Amino acid sequence: MKAAPFDYLRAKDASEALDALHAQGDDARIIAGGQSLVPMLAMRLAQPKLLVDIMHIGEFSRIDDDGKALRIGAGVRQVTLEHHAELARRQPMLARALAWVGHAQTRARGTVCGSVAHADPSAELPLSLVTLGGSVHLRTRRKRRTLPAAEFFTGMMATAKGEDEMIEAVSYPTAKPETGYSFNEVGRRHGDFAIVACAAVVDAEKAVLGVGGVADVPAVRNLPLPGAADFDDALNQYAWDLHARDDLHATARYRRDLVRQLGRKTIEEAMRCRA
Amino acid sequence: MPRLSAKDEHRVTITLNGRPVSGMAEPRMTLSDFLRHRIGATGTHVGCEHGVCGACTVQIDGGLARSCLALAVQTDGCDVRTVEGLSPDGGATLAILQEEFRNHHGLQCGFCTPGFLMTLDALFRDQPDASEEQVREMLSGHLCRCTGYAPIMKAALAAQKRLREAGAAAAPTDMPQEDAHA
Repeated sequence: MKAAPFDYLRAKDASEALDALHAQGDDARIIAGGQSLVPMLAMRLAQPKLLVDIMHIGEFSRIDDDGKALRIGAGVRQVTLEHHAELARRQPMLARALAWVGHAQTRARGTVCGSVAHADPSAELPLSLVTLGGSVHLRTRRKRRTLPAAEFFTGMMATAKGEDEMIEAVSYPTAKPETGYSFNEVGRRHGDFAIVACAAVVDAEKAVLGVGGVADVPAVRNLPLPGAADFDDALNQYAWDLHARDDLHATARYRRDLVRQLGRKTIEEAMRCRA
Repeated sequence: MPRLSAKDEHRVTITLNGRPVSGMAEPRMTLSDFLRHRIGATGTHVGCEHGVCGACTVQIDGGLARSCLALAVQTDGCDVRTVEGLSPDGGATLAILQEEFRNHHGLQCGFCTPGFLMTLDALFRDQPDASEEQVREMLSGHLCRCTGYAPIMKAALAAQKRLREAGAAAAPTDMPQEDAHA
């Protein structure tokens, strides 16, 4: 349970961090809050040669609201977003989801972008990002690009991020008028990994249901509204299409049932929250 | 700070419970190991070493942290508070929180206790009027295999009551709030 040796660089600005990533390539990892990476190091699932600490870079500590999205910098800790005064009004799904992320003791250190970079299939912040149609802002020392969240997550703990790229920010779209949002989760214990997590966006025409913890990446699908004749069949088909597997925590059948039950509950809650 | 080599030990200086302390650490050394093996502050206990059990919880710059998930070099220059800092007089008497753990049998083997204490210390400092549900929620980040948690909840609520009565809930005052900016 001791990490393999690595060098450590406390970067003073973005260019120092990105130059180091460029020079070291796949052997370097960004460390921010460390709440996902340090366990990986301790178990030697990750054995980088260099850790680049970005928590002392001022430009990454910003949360910007441009009216359409909350842009959250790479150095923003989860607790900071949780305490953002406008969060519950600007994006209620994100406010709900954050309460499920780890424990208060890990949210105090962990960053929003770090959770996105880690790309655990059961994690709440990636699921919310995909369901809301958010985006991931990537940067190398030479160029920047922005990917839709759905294209960023490519597999279990795998992303479209290049080896010399870092996530400099993520953008969560803010709440739209006459649209409702909700988030729910079932796990063994609050703070444990989700067995199934559901995120819903509901407007006058449709329900968008995101599901985490079942497939290798956060899934999202448009469904008819509850009450429509084809709602139950559509939700059931979605549950099957996620190809749930049996594992240590739950059977595939239990997961499908959770998608149906928790999915319906989450969509109905979001409907009630439509303002 | 230059790039710190994996092969060398590097000087790390922190403020520990109000006093500057310093020791050598490889980049891969966790804060928990640094406190115990380099500083000799063995009050912080190490359980799972991957952030699940909560035994090693300390406060870094006023915020809660699993010390097994922080690297010592990351905390260079930080203010760290551990269980050794709870006693009002350096160890001769117990803090209110510790007294109530004793009164209510909030511990048996005591291995998990320092973590519980540090979480409750931060909680009652930041939210003196935290509800029972909030206390329970905060303690969900800790595992205890002896007590079944009920005596810990009793101890926590009794301590909260006394701290409020004593008007001491706001102490200590010299801890900066982490990330108050955004």
